[in-house]
Amino acid sequence: MDTSVEKGIVTRNDLPLRVINSTPEGIFKAKRRVKRSFRQIRTETVFRRTLTIMGLLMIILVLGILLTLIIQSLPSIKSLGLKYLWGKVWDPVQDIYGAWPFLLGTLLSSFLALIISIPFSLAVAVFLGEYFPKGWMPDFLKNAVELIAAVPSVIYGFWGLAVLVPIVRNLETHIGVEPVGVGIFSSSLILAIMIIPYAASLGRSMIQMVPSPLKEAAYGLGATRWEVIRSVVLPYTKSGLFAGILLSLGRALGETMAVTMVIGNTSLIPKNIFAPGNTMASVIANEFTEADKPVYLSALIELGLVLFLVTVVINLIGKKIIDRFTNE
Amino acid sequence: MDGKNIKYRIGKSYVAQIVTTLFAFACVIPLLFILGYIIKAGITKINWHFLVNIPKPVGEAGGGILNALVGSILIIFFASLIAIPIGILAGIYLAENGKSRLAYWCRLCVDILQGVPSIVIGIIAYFWLVKPLGSFSALSGSAALAIMMLPIVIRSTEETLKLLPSSLQEAAFALGIPFHRVIYKVIIPVGVSGILSGVMLAIARVTGETAPLLFTAFGNPYLSFNITKPMQSLPLLIFNYATSPYNDWLNLAWGASVILLLWVLLLNIFTKLITRKWKVQL
Repeated sequence: MDTSVEKGIVTRNDLPLRVINSTPEGIFKAKRRVKRSFRQIRTETVFRRTLTIMGLLMIILVLGILLTLIIQSLPSIKSLGLKYLWGKVWDPVQDIYGAWPFLLGTLLSSFLALIISIPFSLAVAVFLGEYFPKGWMPDFLKNAVELIAAVPSVIYGFWGLAVLVPIVRNLETHIGVEPVGVGIFSSSLILAIMIIPYAASLGRSMIQMVPSPLKEAAYGLGATRWEVIRSVVLPYTKSGLFAGILLSLGRALGETMAVTMVIGNTSLIPKNIFAPGNTMASVIANEFTEADKPVYLSALIELGLVLFLVTVVINLIGKKIIDRFTNE
Repeated sequence: MDGKNIKYRIGKSYVAQIVTTLFAFACVIPLLFILGYIIKAGITKINWHFLVNIPKPVGEAGGGILNALVGSILIIFFASLIAIPIGILAGIYLAENGKSRLAYWCRLCVDILQGVPSIVIGIIAYFWLVKPLGSFSALSGSAALAIMMLPIVIRSTEETLKLLPSSLQEAAFALGIPFHRVIYKVIIPVGVSGILSGVMLAIARVTGETAPLLFTAFGNPYLSFNITKPMQSLPLLIFNYATSPYNDWLNLAWGASVILLLWVLLLNIFTKLITRKWKVQL
């Protein structure tokens, strides 16, 4: 205690030392205390490592999914090649595999659903974000739209089968196409209802983020409410709204059960939007457990791989746009 | 500009507002139709007998959905057992090491996982668990659902913990408390409402999932408690019986739909109440 403290430097020796009684009891206590603090330090390291492993696990999980899909679809990639994607006939009995009917069915039903749902989800976004952000009526609407996302897809499918399909069949008799009821049009209608919430809730939060000075400046110039929305709010949130629509599209592409129940499940190329067809997801759901030949199974998994890659790309683009938008 | 023009513009603005409102509320109509129809069709089928019996073979009236109820509860219980610890730990990792390179990739993977179609998860569970174990099993269904729950749990944990003031954690560290004790004595108790609502949201979401169970839990017409064997679940029962031509089975499916719907709605309302009470932002 003589030199270092006076010089203003604190060394290890100056820290208050704990006096240990030299009785056996005192030594035992001190030992236990040291052990305990070492145990704490060890546990801390283990805990930190566990956390990192959990983080790594997510990456391994996604890579594992990708690798499994690729490995399992190798037989079909090898034997069918790239023309598999453009093949027009799907006939497992004669070993002819072409994914074009399902690609077409997926694209038709998803984009049709998107086109139907965009006006509604945009209207919800504008209504909740700009016209009435607060109050009981918008609260009701917000909860109702969230509820749309919460209802299980199998229930949508069941309702579609029992209620929507007969209505569509009636419609088809009126406009003079073959009245089957089940088909791409029915599944698009169901999908359109199901994907409204995704674009709507994202659009709402984007619209609420428009800086009010921008809007006030427009009002100050004498713009009406609609003109503010059309020439300030919508252009400003353009990319965010686009991202919401992309995420909706991702949902629509991957949706399985509701579509499987109302699309009709035929492997023929759909002639028009009222014809029955199949999407990639629904053909997997229908035929996976029946696939008896390795190439057949592998061809189905290749469809899954395509579906996986497409949805991953769409989702990542959507997330990137949202991130850029929220950081600005 | 003359007065007529201004009137035209104001009129246009009003029309646009009315049209937007109409379109916005038009979304609610199909929802009300669906809920109303399901409840009207199914509520009369539900009684005590319906809840404590297993489905009867075709042609015999009556029967219930006990096997599906038990199966759903068991499958979701085991899925939660897998997903909740992993999800919360990974969420803590992301919140604590937000800026590291690994965290960036981890977050990216969670985003990807959130968008993976459920049918693809079913295929994966089939190849990871069903094929090696040799038979369809409830356990593989749980694993598939756990993968679907993970991103929701992780995201909600991360978002909740990020909102906590860092002074809380720093105060605990200043007292010399080791990291793991800070997490489970300070951070988790404070953020428990957010984490809990994320967990319930995840459970509500996977309760209705059918696609991952098609090739994993597979379905079973009998009551089964063995998680290494095929098991029935509510959405599977609805899917199988809804597409069947028999009236008795359709009735079972309607009743099961109401139960499933009530289950999901209750979980969602409960989550809402939690988030409102503790003012959690999700």
